Amino acid sequence: MTQPHIPHPDLPPPANAVGAIGWLRRHLFSSPANIALTALALYLLYALLPPVLNWAFFDATWRGDSREACSGQGGACWIFIRTHFAQFMYGFYPEAQRWRVDMLVLLLIFGVAPLFIRTVPAKLKRRLGLGLLIAFPIFAFVLMRGGILGLAAVETSSWGGLLLTLVIAGVGMTGALPLGVLLALGRRSTMPTIQALCVTFIELWRGVPLITVLFMSSVMLPLFLPAGLNFDKLLRALIGVTLFQAAYMAEVVRGGLQAIPKGQLEAAAALGLGYWKSMGLIVLPQALKLVIPGIVNTFIALFKDTSLVLIIGLFDLMNIVHNATTNPAWLGFSTEGYVFAAAVYWLFCFGMSRYSRNLEKRLHTGHQR
Amino acid sequence: MPESQSPAISTPVSDQIMIDIQSLHKWYGAFHVLKDINLTVHKGERIVICGPSGSGKSTTIRCINRLEEYQRGRIVVDGEELSNDVQRIEHIRREVGMVFQHFNLFPHLTVLENCTLAPIWVRKLPRQEAEEIAMRYLTRVKIPEQASKYPGQLSGGQQQRVAIARSLCMNPKIMLFDEPTSALDPEMIKEVLDTMVALAEDGMTMLCVTHEMGFAKTVAHRVIFMDGGEIIEQNRPHEFFTHPQSERTKLFLSQILHH
Ligand SMILES: Nc1ncnc2c1ncn2[C@@H]1O[C@H](COP(=O)(O)OP(=O)(O)OP(=O)(O)O)[C@@H](O)[C@H]1O
Ligand SMILES: [Mg+2]
Repeated sequence: MTQPHIPHPDLPPPANAVGAIGWLRRHLFSSPANIALTALALYLLYALLPPVLNWAFFDATWRGDSREACSGQGGACWIFIRTHFAQFMYGFYPEAQRWRVDMLVLLLIFGVAPLFIRTVPAKLKRRLGLGLLIAFPIFAFVLMRGGILGLAAVETSSWGGLLLTLVIAGVGMTGALPLGVLLALGRRSTMPTIQALCVTFIELWRGVPLITVLFMSSVMLPLFLPAGLNFDKLLRALIGVTLFQAAYMAEVVRGGLQAIPKGQLEAAAALGLGYWKSMGLIVLPQALKLVIPGIVNTFIALFKDTSLVLIIGLFDLMNIVHNATTNPAWLGFSTEGYVFAAAVYWLFCFGMSRYSRNLEKRLHTGHQR
Repeated sequence: MPESQSPAISTPVSDQIMIDIQSLHKWYGAFHVLKDINLTVHKGERIVICGPSGSGKSTTIRCINRLEEYQRGRIVVDGEELSNDVQRIEHIRREVGMVFQHFNLFPHLTVLENCTLAPIWVRKLPRQEAEEIAMRYLTRVKIPEQASKYPGQLSGGQQQRVAIARSLCMNPKIMLFDEPTSALDPEMIKEVLDTMVALAEDGMTMLCVTHEMGFAKTVAHRVIFMDGGEIIEQNRPHEFFTHPQSERTKLFLSQILHH
């Protein structure tokens, strides 16, 4: 007689391994050292959080139009930010013309949003993406710069604030990524001339600080250019930032390219795909996915590095805030100004970081073997 | 006319020469890997290449679709001589399918996309037509239900069958196999070999590097033994296994047949 096999029933895991208590035990109180660290962290929170919250919120002044309203409270004077807010956003862009910028921002939001909605067909997304990449920058430049079609001209020197930061960061990112990809491919090329050119470019730009690049572009470049030929200052900064970051991007992308097994290229070649199709359809999609964290890291660095354009006298967000704190009518509010600037930078960088994590998760296609 | 007679699976072999390799030499640096390889393969012919590790089997078949360069000799595939011309190489690769030991599926694409990629981008077929063809071949390798999965979600045997289907979707005239079953667990080897036998029954011109001697006996018109970068011996499977001519072949056969 054989006993029929009765499968062991599935039991729930023990109570102290799951739920809130299980989590606390595992993560905060798993060992004496861990308990000590938890205690230390709690103490630091207790010591630091209340003063910060008091300064920023509970004792802060929100209402009023003048610095007099802020006297005596001891907390932050957010009125300073409120009264300067428009300037922080647009710089010295003439007030009557700011609708152009607003319109572009709206257009950008409506153009970009569908790219992030999963139900929008891929074909439409591709067209939209291409439009945003090629048509939008031209249109945006013409509209913001004006000087034709009855639009008043607004010199790039009066663009400023967050607007300028976003222009530099946006152009820098959209330029640096494709350029970086090309440089990375070139560096791995079997053609010695192309390889040498790319290596030289990358090493040259990586070897100098961005601040030097910007400085040279505004001080030295004019010395070499024929007299009278005036190269727009913003354009010089854009080119400098883009080329500089492209060199970094190239090395990030190269890291990804190296991680792709040779077999992938061989399989693509065996199917009759040429170099560009193999790269574009097989190698780059995998390589770029692998280095999303590195790419976003470079983007974040780029975003923050835009603040260095103050060295050549452009009024990006950082510089315009700094400028406002030296305004004689509003002396003494630099903390509020820098905290505000920091918060704006943080918001954008954190947004990029979250988006990249989301993207990584979405692109994950099953376990690697 | 090829000298070979019909194996267990008999499909017609025509006079038309599909692959002609003439005194092929290849060096890796100073290392002489291939030494005077001569091989003619007719349309519909099936050839199994075996030999010890490092004997140059992979290198030989990889020269046929120019995954490897060679320094001397000539290779004519379907009437076209291989040269350094990229266009011509790509043209020949379209007609020559290849299956690798480690599958080399594209992990970022679904099974269906793996199969339709080359037909769409190389053959310029409309997507819908490419998908119909892909489903037809996925059905033939018996995994149509996996079409929307990613390679990472399949077993090794399933992946290798997808790789075969992917090659077939280009409608190749010749199929090259480089040890297609040696990275597989025993229970999966059979499903892949069955797929290859079915392909043989359709009369495909095949060159297989494999040590599956049962497979060689069933499908091959000719078995080629390589050692040290040379073709030592070639014969019909029956004669090859029962009356090997050279000592090296005998030694090799005794090693792979007795364990
Ligand atoms: N890229 C390379 N550079 C230098 N030597 C190589 C290279 N690829 C292969 N070889 C050498 O060439 C010889 C033949 O290699 P090949 O891969 O063709 O052998 P094989 O017969 O397929 O062996 P295996 O059964 O192990 O796959 C080996 O000695 C190998 O070490
Ligand atoms: Mg091999």
